[in-house]
Amino acid sequence: MKLSRWQPFNEVWNPLEQFRREMNRLFENFGQGFTPATGAFPQLNLWEDGEAVLVEAELPGVDQKDLEIYVTGGNQLTIKGQRKQPELPRGVWHRQERVFGEFSRTVTLPFLVDAEKVESHLRDGVLTIRLPKHESARPRKIAVKGE
Amino acid sequence: MAEVVPVTAKGRPEQAGPESTRGGIYFTPRFDIYETENELLLMAEVPGVKAEDVNLHYEQGELILHAQVKPRANPERFLAREYEVGDFYRAFKVSESIDASKIEASCKNGVLTLHLPKVEAARPRQIKVHGE
Repeated sequence: MKLSRWQPFNEVWNPLEQFRREMNRLFENFGQGFTPATGAFPQLNLWEDGEAVLVEAELPGVDQKDLEIYVTGGNQLTIKGQRKQPELPRGVWHRQERVFGEFSRTVTLPFLVDAEKVESHLRDGVLTIRLPKHESARPRKIAVKGE
Repeated sequence: MAEVVPVTAKGRPEQAGPESTRGGIYFTPRFDIYETENELLLMAEVPGVKAEDVNLHYEQGELILHAQVKPRANPERFLAREYEVGDFYRAFKVSESIDASKIEASCKNGVLTLHLPKVEAARPRQIKVHGE
């Protein structure tokens, strides 16, 4: 729960407060937004559901057989692969916005994971990886003993 | 020579073209456009889109793509969030004469492929040179 602060004026009448909030909002979103296209590929979304870490990446045009996923050291996830350009009959390009070739990205996960139980799916160009937390990383309920 | 002029600019998510009543963010999909003797070939990256979610409209030389993307994950908090998910929208003016009745589209692995066949009159023709 957030603690409310004492405010001398009603927010509506306080442009400074509004400015502060606006700036906070900007900085909160900073880093969660978009990384430049020249940065790491693929871009990833990561979240957890208590039992596992979930990783999602958009990989349109990548064939399942051209994709490799590794977990090393218990918490290093590597997504490696290549996007192949389809063969085309003779012709001319009007636009080439898509990027082809090899890619590889390694990220450190915030928990140790059970590499044996990792599952991944590639559906409609979206890769989802579910990495169950290692036994040692799961929350444990501690019994409180009485007298 | 066919010329394809984008109606919308490429790049970051933006509101492009007519606004949706649903609101939300639109993304401009990356396109490859290639012209062969008989057709214009368009390939667009639309990750997360199934064939039934694609809405394609071609009228008077304007091709409009709107692909709906259902939200996939909605956790309380992301540990990392490098991209966002939303519908795709893009429109092109196609100056080449296209046989609209023969446009074909397919969607596989998050890539939408469009075949826009040229009308017979617009196709290049090999002219035979007769000797004596």
